[in-house]
Amino acid sequence: MSAVTTIRVNGAEEALGWGCVGDLLAARGIPPGTRGVAVALNGAVLRAADWTGTPLAAGDTVEIVRPFQGG
Amino acid sequence: MDDVFTLAGRRLGSRLLIGSSGYPNRQVMLDAIEASGAEVVTVSIRRISLEGYAESMVDLLGGRWTVLPNTAGCQTAKEAVLTARLAREALDIDWVKLEVIGDRETLHPDSEELLRATAELVGDGFQVLPYCGDDPVVCRKLADAGAAAVMPLGAPIGSGLGVSNPRAIERICARSPVPVILDAGIGTASDAALAMELGCAAVLLNTAVAKAEDPVRMAAAMKHGVEAGRLARSAGRIPILTHAEPSSPQLGLVGS
Repeated sequence: MSAVTTIRVNGAEEALGWGCVGDLLAARGIPPGTRGVAVALNGAVLRAADWTGTPLAAGDTVEIVRPFQGG
Repeated sequence: MDDVFTLAGRRLGSRLLIGSSGYPNRQVMLDAIEASGAEVVTVSIRRISLEGYAESMVDLLGGRWTVLPNTAGCQTAKEAVLTARLAREALDIDWVKLEVIGDRETLHPDSEELLRATAELVGDGFQVLPYCGDDPVVCRKLADAGAAAVMPLGAPIGSGLGVSNPRAIERICARSPVPVILDAGIGTASDAALAMELGCAAVLLNTAVAKAEDPVRMAAAMKHGVEAGRLARSAGRIPILTHAEPSSPQLGLVGS
């Protein structure tokens, strides 16, 4: 069995190419403090103030969400 | 109408809450919400598109209306609790329309998971507005668990069937210690009026307006339906009789 080298972002596997959560978001055009965006790391909400500096490790699961139309 | 409604500590001038989903386009959505007179607009919480993200509902609605996030689509208490916490972080707001569905075919609430999620979120400081079945016992248990209101369905989500079990809704309203908001099933304005006549504190709807041929006109109809039902409820309707009762005087008839 080979070691895990990926993370799961919004349900999709990707190579672990970022040092911290803030870098992952910045690469998607979401700078720290973007209104209306929330992040969970491994099932727990990560406050926006902690995006920068919270390290990512292989096997991590990240959810990035925003409000959308809803009933 | 001077009839302030307090929901989860918020004073609202309208007893109609409206959804933001499924309108023909953004402008029709905004015009319909405006025409409805609603002050509270529901939104869902979804993964951002991995290609980036389009215009934000926060920018579109924020400031003008109070946003109420839902946990639509969640099937377990765990999913719903995380979604609610993400919503609080995204919107900086402490209330949630809690939805935990039992299956994707009926979209019927899963009462067991709903109660579990309600208790957990109440303990976490949320004002919880659970979407639930029209079951008086489940509604009481949700209130006991600390829900700020209960939101029984009138009929299945999106069905437009109206209020399928008016006697159950009436019973829930009569004994609920928290406001009862009829959520789901409304098809047209008379359904909204009926819900209010049965004693509901408010009505939450989406599809009946969004998918109407003229959503803006239907939104105005819903506003009036809710107001008419509320007025009729507070006016005290006449008893229902099984026989005729003449409305004109019986004395002084010509030829008597």
